[in-house]
Amino acid sequence: MSKYQYVPEPALVKGDHDFASLTRLVTDINLRPTPKAWYLCMIGANALLMVMVVAIGYLIWEGIGIWGLNNPVGWGWAIINFVWWVGIGHAGTLISAILFLFRQDWRTAINRFAEAMTIFAVMCAGVFPAIHVGRIWAIYWVFPIPNQMAMWPNFNSPLLWDVFAVSTYFTVSFLFWYVGLVPDLATIRDRATDKIRKVAYGTLALGWTGSNRHWWNYEKAYMILAGLATPLVLSVHTIVSFDFAVSMIPGWHTTIFPPYFVAGAIFSGFAMVLTLMIVARKIYGMKDIMTNDHMEKMNIVILVTGSMVGFAYMMEFFIAWYSGVEYEKAIFLLRATGPYAWAYWAMMTCNVLSPQFFWFKKLRTSVGFTFFISIVVNIGMWFERFVITVTSLANDYLPSSWDYYSPTIWDVLTYVGTFGLFFTMFLLFLRFLPMVALAEIKAVIPQADPHNYDEETGEFHKPKVEVPKPQSEKV
Amino acid sequence: MSTKEQNLYGILAEFKNPKELTDVAKTISNSGFSKFDTFSPFPIHGMDKAMKLKKSKLGWIVFAHALIGFIGAVSMMYYMSVLDYPINISGKPFFNAPAWVPITFELTVLLSAFGAVFGMFFLNGLPKLNNPLFNVERFKKATDDGFFACIEAEDDKFKADEVKELFKEAGATHIDEVYD
Repeated sequence: MSKYQYVPEPALVKGDHDFASLTRLVTDINLRPTPKAWYLCMIGANALLMVMVVAIGYLIWEGIGIWGLNNPVGWGWAIINFVWWVGIGHAGTLISAILFLFRQDWRTAINRFAEAMTIFAVMCAGVFPAIHVGRIWAIYWVFPIPNQMAMWPNFNSPLLWDVFAVSTYFTVSFLFWYVGLVPDLATIRDRATDKIRKVAYGTLALGWTGSNRHWWNYEKAYMILAGLATPLVLSVHTIVSFDFAVSMIPGWHTTIFPPYFVAGAIFSGFAMVLTLMIVARKIYGMKDIMTNDHMEKMNIVILVTGSMVGFAYMMEFFIAWYSGVEYEKAIFLLRATGPYAWAYWAMMTCNVLSPQFFWFKKLRTSVGFTFFISIVVNIGMWFERFVITVTSLANDYLPSSWDYYSPTIWDVLTYVGTFGLFFTMFLLFLRFLPMVALAEIKAVIPQADPHNYDEETGEFHKPKVEVPKPQSEKV
Repeated sequence: MSTKEQNLYGILAEFKNPKELTDVAKTISNSGFSKFDTFSPFPIHGMDKAMKLKKSKLGWIVFAHALIGFIGAVSMMYYMSVLDYPINISGKPFFNAPAWVPITFELTVLLSAFGAVFGMFFLNGLPKLNNPLFNVERFKKATDDGFFACIEAEDDKFKADEVKELFKEAGATHIDEVYD
């Protein structure tokens, strides 16, 4: 036995599936009567959504004085939650676009799911910048449309770049998602037996037939969209980080922010995909498609991006010391030892320490442990944004103006309420849309490749794995 | 069958698997038919060559949209910040090119994405309210696990009996006449 062993790529779909059984597995969920448990979850999600509506209603009525903002800390939970939700969204685009360009076929099991998460996370994110402006009825001033002052938006401002970045991101993610959905909506249209579904899915499927002349343009469009979404997703979190980095506040004004924010976004987003996937695949019996191999691959991404984030934390400290700027040095010392040291160390534990457990194969293939870490990571990433936003503002240049920031009940309720928005949308998605990209997953099973059929009889045979002979060990 | 009111749209044949469909696509295109199509629940690797499809024009549509996005973004900001209502912000130049990069980029991507999605639907002739193929009950399998080929009656070389014979020889499991 040689030292080296050939490890064949694991099958992307487990179990003995063919095209028809995959169709049934995925679309039966949309065609069968609504389960009672779904209604129960929906009631819970709607109750939380109502909390958000009330919190926002009171905010509009009373003004942002109901939040915990004080004199030095003018940016609190609203911006923290905005960055947190947008960051979560980025994993969906990474899975759907970047992994597509890298020909990572395992993405087909989770891309629909993750893209849905992206869209709903960006919706939740969008709530915060919209409501934090104070006079929400003047929100249209951020758009380049004529107003009574005859003034135009300030195109030099990172906050305005954000408006364009996030709205473009939402639109493009939605289009990408819809393009992927069209063939699968046609599948449901063709399987539906009742009038309502036939009309609804038929309309949304736009008359898709599965024509290969159409697939030809379709695949081109898909690739172009992936090519567009890749720089887009990197630009969005870069621009989000510009909200901080373009200012003069110590601890914010650093060039490491764009790459560090993007890595953090992917880190938290993958964790959120895992949290949702582990629950959904159990409830909906999708373990053949969303396998433990997928979980392991995603855990490796979490390990890599988590280590990048950890590296960035240390680099910030190094640069603060190396720059020789008093305020820069002070703010980083205060982060680790000052009034918010508890948040800093919570962040360090959750983001830097916890993903390191995934070096062990046993732990990164354990479902329970992955679920636990996926939640820990998202708590950690929330604290990261808290530490960045609040510590730099609370202790800035002038010690006489320092103040301690704490949220009020309204900050908390608004944040908790956005989970209601997220889960309401997500439950509707699980109920009414195919949660796996059916056409794409069919294309990656061995039956889809014409080469896997016998030249003479035309019968399917499993592709033979040719194990390459190990090279002479003397080399 | 009352063929008097109904026009023959084409002959539709079902095949067992992606390989047979690719093979029949080769046969059809080699026989000189041009108005034919194959249908499958997913894009089949190598089908473009078998059907002798020309390169998609979508790239050009997207490029045109990207140009519109780019030029549109720059001229919008130039008009608003330099021509219509210049405002002195911290002494920065009115035409502040580096600061305009993010929005120019975003709008270029946005317009390109519109071009890619709507251009693709335009090239495919979608949305389409009705398609004669949907009159064949069996065609519903095309989005599940069915592999179909159809030669349209409009093709100059179309002769119903010969087409049926061609499909039969290629190993079709079902052959249907499609009426408008």
